[in-house]
Amino acid sequence: MDKVLMKGNEAIAEAAIRANCRHFFGYPITPQTEISAYMAKRMPKIGGTFLQAESEIAAINMVYGAAGAGVRAMTSSSSPGISLKMEGLSYIAGADLPCVVVNIVRAGPGLGGIQPAQSDYFQAVKGGGHGDYRVIVVAPASIQEAVDSTINAFDLADKYRMPVMIIGDGMLGQMMEPITFPETAGKALAEKEWATTGTKMTRKPNIINSLYIQPEELEKIIMARQKKYEDIEKSEVKYEAEGLDDAEIVIVAYGTTARIVKAAMALAQKSGIKTGLIRPITLWPFPKDIIYKTAKKAKAIISVEMSTGQMVEDVRLAANGACPVYFYGRTGGAVPQPKAIFEEIRRYA
Amino acid sequence: MTREILFAGFGGQGILFCGKVAAYAGLVSGLEVSWLPSYGPEMRGGTANCHVILSDKPVGSPIVNNPTDLVVMNLPSFDKFEKTVAKGGNIIIDSSLIGKKSEREDINVHYIPATQMANDMGLGKLANMIMLGKMISVTKIISFEQVKKGIEKSVPPSKKDLIESNIRAFEAGYNY
Amino acid sequence: MQVLFQRPKALTDAPFHYCPGCTHGIIHRLIAEVIDELGVQGDTIGVAPVGCAVFAYNYFNCDMQEAAHGRAPAVATGIKRAHPENIVFTYQGDGDLAAIGTAETVHAAARSENITVIFVNNAIYGMTGGQMAPTSLVGQVTQTSPYGRKVEMQGYPVKVAEMLSTLEGSAFIKRCSVDSIKNINDTRASIKKAFQCQIDKKGFSLIEVLSTCPTNWGLSPVEALEWLRGNMMPHYPLGTYKDITGGDKK
Repeated sequence: MDKVLMKGNEAIAEAAIRANCRHFFGYPITPQTEISAYMAKRMPKIGGTFLQAESEIAAINMVYGAAGAGVRAMTSSSSPGISLKMEGLSYIAGADLPCVVVNIVRAGPGLGGIQPAQSDYFQAVKGGGHGDYRVIVVAPASIQEAVDSTINAFDLADKYRMPVMIIGDGMLGQMMEPITFPETAGKALAEKEWATTGTKMTRKPNIINSLYIQPEELEKIIMARQKKYEDIEKSEVKYEAEGLDDAEIVIVAYGTTARIVKAAMALAQKSGIKTGLIRPITLWPFPKDIIYKTAKKAKAIISVEMSTGQMVEDVRLAANGACPVYFYGRTGGAVPQPKAIFEEIRRYA
Repeated sequence: MTREILFAGFGGQGILFCGKVAAYAGLVSGLEVSWLPSYGPEMRGGTANCHVILSDKPVGSPIVNNPTDLVVMNLPSFDKFEKTVAKGGNIIIDSSLIGKKSEREDINVHYIPATQMANDMGLGKLANMIMLGKMISVTKIISFEQVKKGIEKSVPPSKKDLIESNIRAFEAGYNY
Repeated sequence: MQVLFQRPKALTDAPFHYCPGCTHGIIHRLIAEVIDELGVQGDTIGVAPVGCAVFAYNYFNCDMQEAAHGRAPAVATGIKRAHPENIVFTYQGDGDLAAIGTAETVHAAARSENITVIFVNNAIYGMTGGQMAPTSLVGQVTQTSPYGRKVEMQGYPVKVAEMLSTLEGSAFIKRCSVDSIKNINDTRASIKKAFQCQIDKKGFSLIEVLSTCPTNWGLSPVEALEWLRGNMMPHYPLGTYKDITGGDKK
């Protein structure tokens, strides 16, 4: 298939359509609006639904309704809007519904700014909404990976009956790279026997719900979900690793930041410093095993982020004291420069 | 071979489109490419720029901090980016809009009155393609034929009639 | 044996948890009767609110989704857009629909979302124990308006039927009451008409039902009905506020 140049946001939207998503509910916010605009253009032509909701809150609850009704549903937003969606996301997790949420992160807190940031890490992987729940969080670093991740996200969501979040930033959303779309046509979707489709008087009513008044009952349900989360932590971890065998300094970075880190690593190589990279592709489940294994051999690990240090906490937990873990980051929409990252590498080498 | 190109000017000059043509031309030439625009409120009438990387290796960071080639179409962008051009790199200046001269001696400076040329040729807003033509003729990154294909792929189907004038403008810059 | 009285098929066997004298049970039954009469039980998907009717998904014998507080019209929108041929209704109280969910309500109506909303207005928050509702009357004493609702402090009650009837998107908007046999019968007929409006794809329908909350009003069931007639009805006049289905006008 021919390679095409596409903006990250549009590529994510097209990938969702190719994954058979026909229900998209959104609300405009920079820098992800192209996703909505693309859906608005395409959905009516393929018998799908694009609906611009009255708010991000309404949009995520429309996703709840549609997902509960058994169709592949999606919403997208950027940080402030994702905060509004957290209520719905908690309900979706609590009702074991599959859906895909895209967060093209901008700088916060508050209205913040519209430039690239990774400061929604905590919100994405530590819950964000209320209650004991998890969301599978996937952080692509290229447009091709964004396409593949989006298609896979719908499968993961259906497989585990839970929300999957694609997390990127304005850089990923706005840039264009050549991509090819994998063949998805004609792929059959699994039957959702639990969905509210009307009983047709042939089965008992299906109920989509997250309310359980009896603590024993609710605990049982949460623990069953916990078991599912443990399975996911065993089988769905994804990361990219580079140069770990003989690296003195190992950098952990995700998304577009990891690409900038690669430029810094090239500078380090010229100075004779051996560096390695662990790029978590899934932020939850987090690639803790490889980080621990690496920490036992490396001189130091540096977590590089576009935040004031969020993922670094998970890196430290994973390293478990086996080597020092340092942090370098820029925030507020500022992007780390390769030279500055190289300076950090040199400092700890 | 890696070229890190920065296109910069005002919103409305077709800066992003210019970068898109370069990216598509790179793509049809079998190169790895990335195209990263400035975005947000600054696009609305303010300055616009985009970063294009063409390489025979996978593109790492899509951000161009030190361009090998700077295509610049307004004074604020010239003032901001002239000093960032990598040693030995190229700077293509639209001399009908930028009166200043570059004082750097470690880069190759090319002046072309692109906006004036576009007006004289009746090519309205196609100074951007004249600039691209000059840049390609200087750098020889991609062949003329491949840029033609890049233009064909970049112009939306609804504006197909504009392909020919874009190619003419490109050619004028290329032969300048 | 001749059956003189039985549960509608669209209700499950679960006993209602509502307080003595509460009219939720009547309204549930009316909806179920309408579903039975229209023969749409197998096609109906209901959306339960947060509030006293939060367990509605246990009572209606059809597919149900429980929504977050106020979000039922958005959830119903998602369901209806996924399955346009199904019958989708929400069941919401006054806090749910007219306070925290006002935006969802107004915009579902503005879009003429082809769903039916049953809006139970009893002028108080029941489940949380009697706080002021957006529909509490001026002067009404509640836990959070202990000196009576004052317009300088808490403003005016929201007239939902009137407000939504001004939107071009609303198709059938009517205010009913369940304080008497006559009005109960009229409520059943109105709910049926609202469902029919949806079946005929005419757009957004809402039945506001004036209802009692003896427990939180601090009245006996009979006194509560009298209070509804004497205080709520003058402020919330019964009648049809919008009808593009070709039926009766107010």
